[in-house]
Amino acid sequence: MSLSEKTAFQLSELYRKNECTQEDVLKDLASAVKAKDRDARRIHAYIQPASGSPSLTARRAGGGLSGIPIAVKDNICVEGEEITCASKILKGFVSPYNATVIQKLLSAGAVIFGRTNMDEFAFGSSCETSVYGPTRNPRDPERVPGGSSGGSAASVADHSAIAALGSDTGGSIRQPASFCGVVGMKPTYGRVSRYGLVAFASSLDQIGPITKDVRDSALLLGVIAGHDPKDSTSADLPVPDYLECLGQSIKGMKVGILTDDNKEGLNPLVRASVKEEAQNTLRQLGVGIKEISLPHMKYAVSVYYIVAPSEASSNLARFDGVRYGFRDSTVASVLDMYEKTRGEGFGAEAKRRIILGTYSLSSGYYDAYYLRAMKVRTKIKQDFDKAFKEVDAIMMPTSPSVAFKLGEKIQNPLEMYLSDIYTISANLAGIPAISIPCGMDGTQGKPLPIGLQFLGKPFDEGTLYKLAHAFEQNTDFHRKLGNVK
Amino acid sequence: MSHLVTIGLETHVQLKTRTKIFCGCKLEFGGLPNSQVCPVCLGLPGALPVLNRKVFLLGLRAVLALQGAPSTVIKFDRKNYFYPDLPKGYQISQYDSPLGVGGSVEIRSGDKTKKIRLNRLHLEEDAGKLIHDNSPDASHVDLNRAGTPLAEIVTEPDLESPEEAYDYLTNLKAILKSIGVSDCDMEKGHLRCDANVSLRKNEKDPLGKRVEIKNLNSFKAVKAALHYEIGRQREAVDKGETIVQETRLWDDDRQKTISMRSKEQAHDYRYFPEPDLVPFSVAKEEIERERKNIPELPKEKMKRFIKDYNLTPYDAHLITQDDKLAAFFEECAVHYKSFKKIANWITGPLLAYINEAPASDTNEFSSKFLIKLMKMVDDGTISFQAAKDKVFTQMLREKRDPEEILQEKGLTQVSDNAAIQGWIKEALESNPKVVQDFKSGKESAAMFLIGQVMKKSRGTANPGKVRELMIQRLKAL
Repeated sequence: MSLSEKTAFQLSELYRKNECTQEDVLKDLASAVKAKDRDARRIHAYIQPASGSPSLTARRAGGGLSGIPIAVKDNICVEGEEITCASKILKGFVSPYNATVIQKLLSAGAVIFGRTNMDEFAFGSSCETSVYGPTRNPRDPERVPGGSSGGSAASVADHSAIAALGSDTGGSIRQPASFCGVVGMKPTYGRVSRYGLVAFASSLDQIGPITKDVRDSALLLGVIAGHDPKDSTSADLPVPDYLECLGQSIKGMKVGILTDDNKEGLNPLVRASVKEEAQNTLRQLGVGIKEISLPHMKYAVSVYYIVAPSEASSNLARFDGVRYGFRDSTVASVLDMYEKTRGEGFGAEAKRRIILGTYSLSSGYYDAYYLRAMKVRTKIKQDFDKAFKEVDAIMMPTSPSVAFKLGEKIQNPLEMYLSDIYTISANLAGIPAISIPCGMDGTQGKPLPIGLQFLGKPFDEGTLYKLAHAFEQNTDFHRKLGNVK
Repeated sequence: MSHLVTIGLETHVQLKTRTKIFCGCKLEFGGLPNSQVCPVCLGLPGALPVLNRKVFLLGLRAVLALQGAPSTVIKFDRKNYFYPDLPKGYQISQYDSPLGVGGSVEIRSGDKTKKIRLNRLHLEEDAGKLIHDNSPDASHVDLNRAGTPLAEIVTEPDLESPEEAYDYLTNLKAILKSIGVSDCDMEKGHLRCDANVSLRKNEKDPLGKRVEIKNLNSFKAVKAALHYEIGRQREAVDKGETIVQETRLWDDDRQKTISMRSKEQAHDYRYFPEPDLVPFSVAKEEIERERKNIPELPKEKMKRFIKDYNLTPYDAHLITQDDKLAAFFEECAVHYKSFKKIANWITGPLLAYINEAPASDTNEFSSKFLIKLMKMVDDGTISFQAAKDKVFTQMLREKRDPEEILQEKGLTQVSDNAAIQGWIKEALESNPKVVQDFKSGKESAAMFLIGQVMKKSRGTANPGKVRELMIQRLKAL
């Protein structure tokens, strides 16, 4: 069996027993990437596989991730490496600094292995808006891997990465993890430093791990979490030992389920796996299931598509051709430079969101859109606060559907936006949420993974790991899917 | 036709910190372009701002010294616009919750004082600088200045003439310097101004259409631009034209304002709360602690100087405008009790020296030397004129004992009768016509002859003595 099929935890064991070296692992990974990308239906999880930069591959002794290769989404800065956010406008830009998470990974001995594909600037739910072309779902190459961290999820599912980092603004870690049948954790806002993450929507973005199983997720989050003086929004709170949460009994815990569920857009098989099978599994483990109500969740998508594009329109203003990245060479004036550079540099979805955000922040519209959205956002947060007085976590599908086909929704932005209906509210409320495999849809030809999501109290990722690990160990989807062999 | 003038000023003041407002880059003037930059102030993808707490504290001190009400929640906003010197495509500023609200600055209006009300004080970051003259087909961007901490201080429309505007700026500068909030060095761009000006016919009329003038980089430019703009508007109104609300640019070389953009072209800055900086609240104790840190303000100091040293308001005002001058005065006053004389030296020769000498030469003055010089004038060792013209500047520049300079130059005053009589004789002999004029009743001729004696003595003759002996001699003729 190839070493690329191991988890980070398994590799550490092998290293400890001197049964393999870091070089063996990197070699196996490199050939895995090559093998998967050989044919025309290639998965294309990577924009750029391992650069081989010695500073990034030198193995450091000690550290929880010693010698473990980690794939990184193309919106997280790695010193000396090109970073493009899968956009033409940033092509050629080499970051002169490391994101805090990269610094932490390197300090823990990890190896940075390649940049993974994504939707341009993380705008999308299918990984189809990348300037490098789409990534395909390894479970069925006719289908999308989800987005925006589609490359990270696909690489992990495909065993062309051991584990990966993604970023999640409205579901961008969890939805692709769900579509690809792997584990995706969006931590509490402020748990992981955003320094060095190219901002999409600053008040929503979080970096998190995408892994083959829950243990690796806990291992990785433990490394990247913690206060960062370079990020004013990072929380100055201690980071618990997440590995200690694994294997604990969940008997007596209370998990909330939604009474006011969206029934129409929900795939019946997804509904059955989450609402029936998964609930039964938890009940058998001694978990109390309680109906709760999140009355404002139905506004989450609307609120999100005001707040996120507003912040994005401002965050993307720096890509103007003046200092770095792409600049149209035929410009006659400053205005001309802005118009041509941004006109050619951004793709359609990026432009759509910039225009949406610019509009909703405009004088005369601000109160009706941005301000109103922020008020509803507070209501959504209050709904969760109230619910968490009664339950330890909330459970719902990660996505209303399984992976859809390439091209199926790309022409219909509204339908694409609705695929984030279950993930968005965790970002708006700033709470942590983890997606894990909970079933398969076997009706579409190839079996397609179904994802389940646990949402937790702020900074209570530990409870989510407890639940997710117990669920995983008792359902074994991570083995059925071949994530762990 | 006469018009009433209404002026409001927006002043950007650079706060006196070692590092920038949102990153650790040093703030040193005159570095090579783009040598004092980092991912944060370059606006690189992924970089995040962190507030320099010193900026907030200095801003708070300014608010308190200007008698404003400090905000208890500190919040920043983004002001969005595109310009090549603005690295992020937005400026981090404060919009709906400025650090300070209200307050005032007192100015002298004729013999009276007048309160100029302040609207607000808010914190923001400066942009970079464009350099256009390096090559014919490109402009360059220097981002050393990007992220420099600024306080923007906005007045109510209380100023009624360019002179009042000038006086307001002078007093504002004195206050901010004295509390250590800013060096207010205009040459280094520490203080920049935009002015709003409008005209109306009567007190009862609503304010006229407001014209904003930008690019005012010195107090002189503010005064000149306001004079020009008032003239331009007055002429236009008198010709029956209407004034449009617009932004105009001051051209210092051509001494005129040029239209930049009309109201319709005004930017929509799309302000919204800066999500990268978490609002924080300020404890009452912190405000009170900062209030106690505020040293004596120029206004209070002036009152004290008038009372304690019996100075005229004019002298007291001039001396207390600059903390260093005031401190120097007080040092001298410890050991020299003729306060009026100290004041005369400071407001006369010393200020003249400061205005002309390079800034590096005006850092510190020795009170010991000035006292010595004043005493030498008092006891007749040297004339006031010679002390002022021949010793003072050198004493300051070279930081040397005036006695040494005096000896070196042979300037010790001559009061010896015989020597003076000798020079008088020479003067009378070589100017017979002037002597004749005196005899025929033209008394002023004596002054000329005294001057000749002083010249012959190279200024060393005791002028009192010369006068006395000369008059004696002339009357005896």
